[in-house]
Amino acid sequence: MSTQVSTESPPETEDTSTPATPTAGEAHHTSTPMSNAKIMMWLFLGSECLLFGALISTYIFLSNRLPEGEIGKEIFDIPFTSLSSFILLMSSLTMVLALSAITGGDMRRFRIWITTTALLGGLFIGGQIYEFTVFYEEGLGYTTNIFGSAFYSLTGFHGAHVSIGIILLMTLLVMNLRGTLTQENKETVEIVGLYWHFVDIIWIIIFTVVYLFP
Amino acid sequence: MSETEEIKPEQAEQAEPVEHQADEHSQHPSDWQYIKVAIFLAVLTAIEVFTYFESVHRLNNAAIFAVLIVIMILKFFYVAAWFMHLKFDSPLMRNIFLMGMGFALLVYLAMLTSFRIWA
Repeated sequence: MSTQVSTESPPETEDTSTPATPTAGEAHHTSTPMSNAKIMMWLFLGSECLLFGALISTYIFLSNRLPEGEIGKEIFDIPFTSLSSFILLMSSLTMVLALSAITGGDMRRFRIWITTTALLGGLFIGGQIYEFTVFYEEGLGYTTNIFGSAFYSLTGFHGAHVSIGIILLMTLLVMNLRGTLTQENKETVEIVGLYWHFVDIIWIIIFTVVYLFP
Repeated sequence: MSETEEIKPEQAEQAEPVEHQADEHSQHPSDWQYIKVAIFLAVLTAIEVFTYFESVHRLNNAAIFAVLIVIMILKFFYVAAWFMHLKFDSPLMRNIFLMGMGFALLVYLAMLTSFRIWA
């Protein structure tokens, strides 16, 4: 019985021991058909629900325990806050229009909508600063009573989130002007957009629970 | 199979993302659809604010609570579904968000109940 020894050389295989590192702007490999960055943003927003859940439930708990005669909800200027809420709601529309523009490769429209979103966010923050100033002058400070502490903590944290959102929006605009944000990496805009819309839906809850509930 | 119909594996790999992009693009709503959603949200906000007027405010508190909660949930749902694209994205994204949301609701409802806030 003779044995045949193959003289053929083994087929060439690719070296997979060291996977290529993706360069800037190149998509990372993922085990799901979705991007890791987007999944991470949704995870972050899921955890943010817990942060705002804590602040909102603390407000509900403390505002119901305000002693008689102490300054509370009667201080609110509902028409003014309604206008602020409307402004923030419309900024979600302009944000989604900015994403639509960059998806279609229309950079001029993208810049217009992203700047409008940042300006509407700025208007909302300006309104909040004005509101806080008026409340303070009318006698409601952070340490005046439990209502003041809960109210300023909740709306202040939300305001800080909006401010961070404005910084992110302006960063997108600068990146686009420098040519580093193009149609190819529109996902960056989508991720910042998710954050912005989240800030909006949190305000939808705050506006109803804090300002409108009887 | 004719020569023109043959697709090499590397060509198929290149074609996939383009097909996926086109698919993704066609799923996304148009600008006009976004504007219609925003108009609907604005109308809901107007109804919310209307409940604050003195004549309405004097009505049954429980009814006002119910109306405000329904409107709040509707607004939340429309922003998340349309503007955050949860309606069109993978169910994984929706589940991740709902998990955080559901967990927060459970924890804080339990906390408020333990402090007898509903009494």
